[in-house]
Amino acid sequence: MLPLRPTPRTQTEFRRRIRIFGLLILLVFAFLTYRLWTLQILQGKRYTVMSEHNRIRLERIPAVRGMVFDRKNRLLINSRPSFDVRYTPGDSQARETTLRRLANMVDGDSERFMEAVQHTKGSKGVTLVRDVDWPSVVAVETHRPDLPGVYVSVKARRSYLTDAMTAHVLGYLGEINTQQLRDLRRKGYRRGDAIGQAGLEKRWERHLAGRSGGEKVEVDAIGRKVRVIDRLKATPGHNVVLTLDLDVQRVAYDALNGREGAIVALDVNSGAVLALVSTPAFDPNSFARGMTPDEWRQLMADNETPLHNRALQGHFPPGSTFKIVTALAALQEGVISPTQRLFCGGTYKVGNRTLRDWKKHGHGHIAMHQALVQSCDVYFYQLAQRLGVDKIARYARRFGMGAPTGIDLDGESPGLVPDRAWKRRRFGTPWYPGETPLVAIGQGFLGVTPLQMASMMATVANGGTVYRPWFVKRVLSAEGEVMEEYGPARTGTIDLRKENMAFIRKALLDVVHGRRGTGKRARSKIVDIAGKTGTAQVAEMRGEAVKSEDLPYVVRDHAWFVAYAPAEAPEIAVATLVEHGGHGGATAAPITKRVIETYFRSEGYDMDVEDHEVPMVSAGPGPNRVSHAN
Amino acid sequence: MQIDRRLVTGFDWPLFVLTVGLALLGIMTIYSATCGADEECPRYLATKQSYWLAIGLVLMVATFAVDYQHLNRWAYPIYAAVVILLALVLVIGITSGGSQRWLDLRFFSLQPSEFAKLALVLVLAKTLCYYEPGYSLTALGVPLMLCAPVLLLVLLQPDLGTAVLIFLIAMGVVVMSGLRMRSLLYFGLVAVAALPVGWKFLKPYQKTRIWTFMNPESDPLGAGYHVVQSKIAIGSGRLWGKGYLQGSQNRLEFLPEQHTDFIFSVFAEEWGFSGCVLLLAGYGLLILLALRAVRRAQDRFGVLLAAGMTAILFWQFTINIGMVTGLLPVVGIPLPLISYGGSSLVTTLVAVGLLISISMRRNTR
Repeated sequence: MLPLRPTPRTQTEFRRRIRIFGLLILLVFAFLTYRLWTLQILQGKRYTVMSEHNRIRLERIPAVRGMVFDRKNRLLINSRPSFDVRYTPGDSQARETTLRRLANMVDGDSERFMEAVQHTKGSKGVTLVRDVDWPSVVAVETHRPDLPGVYVSVKARRSYLTDAMTAHVLGYLGEINTQQLRDLRRKGYRRGDAIGQAGLEKRWERHLAGRSGGEKVEVDAIGRKVRVIDRLKATPGHNVVLTLDLDVQRVAYDALNGREGAIVALDVNSGAVLALVSTPAFDPNSFARGMTPDEWRQLMADNETPLHNRALQGHFPPGSTFKIVTALAALQEGVISPTQRLFCGGTYKVGNRTLRDWKKHGHGHIAMHQALVQSCDVYFYQLAQRLGVDKIARYARRFGMGAPTGIDLDGESPGLVPDRAWKRRRFGTPWYPGETPLVAIGQGFLGVTPLQMASMMATVANGGTVYRPWFVKRVLSAEGEVMEEYGPARTGTIDLRKENMAFIRKALLDVVHGRRGTGKRARSKIVDIAGKTGTAQVAEMRGEAVKSEDLPYVVRDHAWFVAYAPAEAPEIAVATLVEHGGHGGATAAPITKRVIETYFRSEGYDMDVEDHEVPMVSAGPGPNRVSHAN
Repeated sequence: MQIDRRLVTGFDWPLFVLTVGLALLGIMTIYSATCGADEECPRYLATKQSYWLAIGLVLMVATFAVDYQHLNRWAYPIYAAVVILLALVLVIGITSGGSQRWLDLRFFSLQPSEFAKLALVLVLAKTLCYYEPGYSLTALGVPLMLCAPVLLLVLLQPDLGTAVLIFLIAMGVVVMSGLRMRSLLYFGLVAVAALPVGWKFLKPYQKTRIWTFMNPESDPLGAGYHVVQSKIAIGSGRLWGKGYLQGSQNRLEFLPEQHTDFIFSVFAEEWGFSGCVLLLAGYGLLILLALRAVRRAQDRFGVLLAAGMTAILFWQFTINIGMVTGLLPVVGIPLPLISYGGSSLVTTLVAVGLLISISMRRNTR
């Protein structure tokens, strides 16, 4: 388009209007300047006085975060007020005497206080002591007139009464990061706020957090609060009741004794998590009180990765515990009858490869019952050849392996169930027949999590129902009103013939109770336990059989034991993994027994139940402090 | 492409330098405004704003490097894109403080109503450049139809302040193009008559704001809190100010929205009346230089485009300063070039780019 030039007449009109605009603009600017003159010069003194005595301040009242209880209403996480001593520097003359006086009252170091105050610019306030005890609070409050500029502020502080024992389920709090701040600003989060960064604290943040309130307060020239003008109360967060049983959790945690490992206990008939432990763990309290950079570096650099939740983020070969799946698949597919014997001579040849049995000279002629009880490898090598890998994989998947169980915790590993299609996809090579026997005994490419194994055991125990593991029973408002109620969620059923199921369950009972059972050390006087041992090879050993104990730690076998009890009418299923723990029967079985016995004791099966009640503590203000009891 | 030497010799250096200077002053003030009472000054927002300044400068150079006549051809597509964006905001936008104004683009959020000003000026200039000065209200059918969707979509967010601003900018272009002065008078009368009707459609918080504006002391701790605190900040700056980073109103967090809409209060507290006069002089000069570009424009499209850009600068500045000094209700208009906000800074820089573009091409035809 050609530029449309203004005609002389238009040009004059434009010029005229530009002049008018220019004049108007100058007028507006003159008026604005006059306005500023009024505010800053004529009324400047008045406003300066007002700013010095600006007494109205908006302060945020942080919400008290919800508490967390176990299934028997025992307190796991408490939110209690913590009192911080803060100081707003006034005139410098009184500063030193004030700080010295304060140091005496709160048992602090006045030199350090002086330093802290010097590092703050202008009239900003500074926190001198965090979390002082109640007598100090009283002392400071009663001596306020002698301590100009000193005041006590209340903050909610979270304490994890069970320390590291429940670390991975409960998670921890951390300072809100920039991304979260952007997403959550509208919900009232501000920089510096603590927010759930892992576990329950993260997933139930919405319920636990509550809503912060605000306060219009009148303060004097040196920042002391004189009175509250208006207040919007903070809404406390909801309390959460878990399905976790503190007794079982504690025993599981103690039994692992800091070794690398994990224990998961599930309610057989609902999939509710009774205990979920991963060790070594960390102390969530150190997150709550604010970790030093050194502590953080140490935690991150730890070879035993305490932040890692082995119960569901790990990926381990299941070893012989997987034989339960192979056996059921074989019976169900009819590739063998329960009574048919196969020969085990200690070795088995597939192609040009020789696979060994764990027992050097073999088990001789053996049928399925004894093959499970004694955990004969060669018997299962032969089943593998009859079944083929795809059928084994299909059953494993029905039991929930190879996919996340869907528990409400972060970073769950799906594990890995290999089959022909997978191998083609992953490596572009066909499945070799020699690989199937390894899968049948829970080695090779197979990978599972302890949570998946516990779930598998629960499914065997309840007759074929797969539940999604869950651990939050209900959410209650601070007034006790039920906000949310959770229950079992079925994710699948396995149609297994009753006689096959009964056969396998009898075999699993004899693993523990049979004369030659590999799980004898799980035998209990209180309750009949059925289970299966597993000793999963970490590194493939060629040539002579080597005793696991003689190997360097990192290539030592993983010890597994999976179990349920009571054998007749199962209630609880447990999977125990001790990394590099050697034989499952020797290491994992006794631990599992202790966990199961604890469950039945606490359920009142035994008469001499101890009283584990933990005192309940209200979150209201006051000096009540809970010691890290029990 | 051959560069016409007249473009280089005609480059509007004062306009360019003044704009960049004000933007740098803005970053400096943002840094001060984000200093809290407790912590050290975080550089986060100031740094972010300097990235936006860099992006804005690149776009500004691109704007004046291209002959603005090309914009004439692209006016409708640009306008259509902005209207779509405005509609999108209503559907998938981020809600904040009761209204939906931003689009979340993952790395930053975009405020399409900022760009709407430019696009509207563009289509109005394109249409109105055929009008002979002295036309009457009845000729305004097409321009009105162009304004309506933009105004409506902004009102639905709801963002009354921006809607009023866009209307004022559009009026600037219309008056410049030669609407009869008598018509303007009629128009004003109708607008005043329509006010009570408009009141009905306001959101409660908007009504309270306007009400407290009429009676600022009626509730100093409620809706009037912002203005009272802002006035204390400005007034206590007195002649010389409290010094950079020393504003107690700012540091003690009495000021609301201190790095966005109320940034002038932070500046006034720290630099006093002397600083404010300099800032006002700088801004006044900027707007007069913009008017000079209007005068220099060689064709009618250029005249109207430049007039629209001048209106954008002028009205935003006036409304913002009026708002923080308690002359106008609090409507959420940022101070161009100074307030924190990427969309606003980039829009303003592109607007100045257009002015430079028009100014430097004065001798080429």
